[in-house]
Parts: sequence; C-alpha cells; structure tokens
Amino acid sequence: MLRGLWQLTWLEIKIFVREPMGVIGTVAVPVVFFVVLGRMFGGRLGTPVADAPRVVTVDLPILASILISLSAVVSLVTIVSIYREGGILKRLRATPLRPYTILTAHVIVKLLLTAVTLGATVLIGRRYYPIDGDVPLAAFALALLFSTVSILSIGFLIASLVPTARFAQPIGSAILYPMLGLSGLFMPLDTLPPVLQTEGRMLPLTYAVSLLRGIWHGEGWLAHAGDAAVLALVFLLCTALSAKVFRWE
Amino acid sequence: MEQQDDTPDTIGNARASVACMTECLRADMPRQPVVHVEAIRKTYGKTVAVDEISFDVHEGEIFGLIGPNGAGKTTTMECVEGLRRPERGAISVLGLDPIRDAYALQNRIGVQLQEAQLQKRVKVREAVGLWASLYTKPVDGTRLLEQLGLSEKRDAWFMTLSGGQKQRLFIALALINDPEVVFLDELTTGLDPQARRAIWDLVRGIRARDKTVFLTTHLMEEAERLCDRVAIIDHGRMVDIGTPAELVLRHCPERTVFVTSDDPAAEERFRAIPGVALVSSDGPRYTIRGSGADLVTRVIGCLAEHRMGVVDFRTEVPTLEDVFLKLTGHSIRD
Ligand SMILES: Nc1ncnc2c1ncn2[C@@H]1O[C@H](COP(=O)(O)OP(=O)(O)O)[C@@H](O)[C@H]1O
Ligand SMILES: [Mg+2]
Repeated sequence: MLRGLWQLTWLEIKIFVREPMGVIGTVAVPVVFFVVLGRMFGGRLGTPVADAPRVVTVDLPILASILISLSAVVSLVTIVSIYREGGILKRLRATPLRPYTILTAHVIVKLLLTAVTLGATVLIGRRYYPIDGDVPLAAFALALLFSTVSILSIGFLIASLVPTARFAQPIGSAILYPMLGLSGLFMPLDTLPPVLQTEGRMLPLTYAVSLLRGIWHGEGWLAHAGDAAVLALVFLLCTALSAKVFRWE
Repeated sequence: MEQQDDTPDTIGNARASVACMTECLRADMPRQPVVHVEAIRKTYGKTVAVDEISFDVHEGEIFGLIGPNGAGKTTTMECVEGLRRPERGAISVLGLDPIRDAYALQNRIGVQLQEAQLQKRVKVREAVGLWASLYTKPVDGTRLLEQLGLSEKRDAWFMTLSGGQKQRLFIALALINDPEVVFLDELTTGLDPQARRAIWDLVRGIRARDKTVFLTTHLMEEAERLCDRVAIIDHGRMVDIGTPAELVLRHCPERTVFVTSDDPAAEERFRAIPGVALVSSDGPRYTIRGSGADLVTRVIGCLAEHRMGVVDFRTEVPTLEDVFLKLTGHSIRD
C-alpha cells in the first residue's frame, strides 16, 4: 500500500541535506541557540539561578523541544507549498504514489529532523543541561513524538490553505509561534487574565506544553490523559480537514 | 481452478479454440480505440475550458491536439489522464475509467505534464530510480537514460539541466513503466529548433516501439511533421479532426505551381490542364493556381508530355497553419 514510501523518504532526506541553507536554518541555528542559552543560564535544572526568568532555568528542555518541533512544522508548510507551486506535487500525483504516501514521507523527514536537532543539542550542550537521572527520557521522547505529530497535522492544514510558497513561511510562523505565548510555558495559565486563559485553553500547543512538562517532571501519562486526548483529537481533525481541502496544484 | 475431470487434452483443445476465436474476432472487428472521449465539458468558474469535445485515439498512432494557448488542450489531456474530472461526458482509456480506475491505469500509461518540475536537487538517476520503484514492471533505467542521451547527466541535479535535458528526463519518467499510451503535453515548448528536432525523433522512436502517443502542441509545424492524426481545438471546441494531409486538402485545397519556361505555348498548355483555375505570367515566369492534391502531378505531366524546357519549378502547398487560419478566422500565433 505504501509503495515508494521508503524510496521517497530517503530521497527527500538526501535532497534536504544538499541544501546548505535549509540545514543551517533548521538544524544548526537551533542547536547553537540552545547551547548558548544553556551556557548563559547553565547549571543544574531545578536549581534556578536567582535572576533568570523561570522558564529558562526550569523548562528549558521543554522550550527547546517545542521550538524545534515548531520549526520543523514551519519547514513542512514551506516545503509542501514550494512543491505545490513548482508542479512537483502534481507530477508525483500522476504516478502510483498515493497522496498519503507523499505526505507521510515528508512527515517522517521532519520527525527525523526534529530528532537530530534535539539529539545534537543534548550532545553538544550536555555540560549545560545535565539531565537528572530521574527524568523519564523514553516517556518524554514518546510525548514529544505525540505532540510533534499533532502539531505537524496543524502544519498540514496550513500547508493545504496557504496560497503561494512565498507566504508559506511567514503565515506558518504567524499562526504557530504566537500560540506559544499563551501556552502556559512562559507564564502559568492561571496567572493570565480570564480572556487570555480561555484563549490559551483553545490552543493545541497548550496541551502539548502541559503534556511535555508533566512527563518531564515525572508525572504519569494517566495524569495527562486529557492533554493526550486533545492532541489526538487535533491530529484527527486536522488530518481529516486537510484531506478535504488539500490542493495539489 | 481447473476442473479435475477434464483431461489435459480437452483443456488444451478448448484453449486453442478460444485463442483462435479471439484471434478471428480481432482480425474482423475494428480495433477498439485506445482513448475514447465523448462530449466532455470542463469549466473553471465562468471560463468554459473544454466544451463538448469528442475524439478517439487509435492504437499505435501519434495523435495531436492542436490549438493556440488557452484553447483547452491541457485541460482535455488532464481529464483523459484522470488528473481532472470533467463535469459532463465520458472518457475511457484502454477500456478503463480514468477517475474510477486511476490506480490500475497509472501502471499502463506514461505522463509528461506541461510545466511540471522535480525537486531542484534531485539527481537524474535518483528520479529515474524512484519512478522505477513505483511500478510493477519497470524497464532498465540506465538503458533508458542512454537511449535518451542522458547518461552523462546521471549524477546531475535537476536544477542544472537545460530545457531539452529536462524534457528528455520527463520522457524517461513517462516511459519507465513501459506504458501502452504516452501522454506528452507541449513537449517542445521553449526549446531551440535543434533540441526540438531531437525530441521529435525520440517521439517517433516511441511509436516505433508500438506505443500510442497522445500529444498536444501549439506548433503547427510540429503537428504536421510528427502527428498521424490531429484534432484542432479553439476556445474549448473541436473544430475538425483528421490526418494533416486530409485537413489541408479539405479546407485549403488550393495549390500553386510556379514554373519558369521559355516555351512560347506554355500559357496555353497550362490553361488546358484540368483543375487549373488561373494562369498568370510575368515574362517567362508563370503562376498556375488550381485546387486538388493532384494539381502538381498534372502540371508535371503536362511539362513532360510537351517536353517543355523548364528553368525553374516551385510549388506552394498550404499547411495546417493555413487550415487553422481558415477555420478559426485568426492566426494560431495571436
Ligand atoms: N486551474 C485553472 N483554473 C482556472 N482556469 C484555468 C485553469 N486551468 C486552465 N484554465 C483556463 O482554461 C482555459 C484552457 O486552458 P488550457 O487547458 O491550459 O489550455 P491550453 O493547454 O490549450 O493552453 C484557459 O482559458 C485557461 O485560462
Ligand atoms: Mg497547455
């Protein structure tokens, strides 16, 4: 059924690596950014430096994870719209490749990208991000995968709707990054004015933040079943919607 | 499942007679068209792109849809390929419905799209490899690239290819699954005359391999040189269909022969040729106008019969371009 998925995915990875700007922008920049940030506010997690903002010291790993996955989503939106505008999607569609195979290949590439960027950040920055032995890394990775797939599906919906490749990146960023502000990552939701609280509760990213933070701090999946359910719902909704509105050309 | 009580012999005989029957049927019946299009219509908002177009493409021919830009060629072809759905009408390709049987059909047709691109940094051999992996019985990609003169570009990125090389790669991709029908949309647009001629040879090569070619072009010269049959379309409607020679004869039967001869009786003899409408002269230079495919033959016959000394001989035969102008009232280049 997924004939060609592996070949297409491998091809897309090679093509991605051949574009220096893409690699620098989506892998190198975040890695350097978080390593520098870690160095500035370094120290053991959980023992905040007095005058640093809370988020930087406590939730840096979560911030890093989310920002990196958001950048993967924006790059997904961009590449899909470039492929559409260039007639590449249309050409692929006139082959036995199924539409969802093409889309799955891109999602896999972006997931790999996220994993590589995070891995590099952790490796290079391990002096500044000493991770407590009791952080459930496997569970966190799973939660991150879950959140990223859910956010990628939002990216897909955006990619289905943006008119031209030139607007893809700005529109994608404009929709995704502001969500971060109300996600409870920088300020707990409870401390926000009621209107913003409601708004925050309507944004999918809020649930990703809550899930990731909870798992990082050792809370079980059961405690965050609600978050996971919302993310799953977002995924189903966005996938179904983009299947309806997706344009190949 | 074979029936157990049949002896192998009976089965063999039965098979032989079935084979004979299908053979006989094939020989007797007119061949089913490879592509059958019946009264299709496609609109984009208020624009009627294709309006009640019908035609058949026969097995083993090069069939061309010709007309100016915006005539509806691409839309028609993409409906046939199953990439667009006409609002009305019926299409069958190799006996299949392009929309309903899309996946079954894709294995048996090859497609080159107008204005398609590949990933900028995909290598030629990688694209061919990917395509080959998608089909059940692909041909050898290396040999195909060789045949299309792309061997040296195997490791080149798509973005570095010239226009002609890109088109040859798209032909390779359209042929990778050894298709029965090949669709080529404006294959030579934007190419220089030399590259264009090379592509024409390749297309003739496809036909030589017993495949059916369905192409579109807005170049009348290309249609005339390449196509066995053409359908002329303009503003979404089909104007006429036939072989280039038939169309020229039907709509522009007039022929002109220019003869320079110092024979004193020349004018008189030319006038006597059946089918000649007008003879004018400028000293020893005669212009003979008439109609019908055999006008030129008759003039030559007359020259030979009377052993007339001929200093110069030239003919002017109308082209599809003239046919188009006559049928639509405007030039195809407008
Ligand atoms: N996707 C589209 N959306 C709107 N109009 C279109 C679209 N594709 C083609 N058209 C219009 O349909 C008409 C026929 O176009 P097309 O089939 O591309 O013609 P051709 O291939 O002969 O140049 C043109 O008027 C064109 O502007
Ligand atoms: Mg066209």
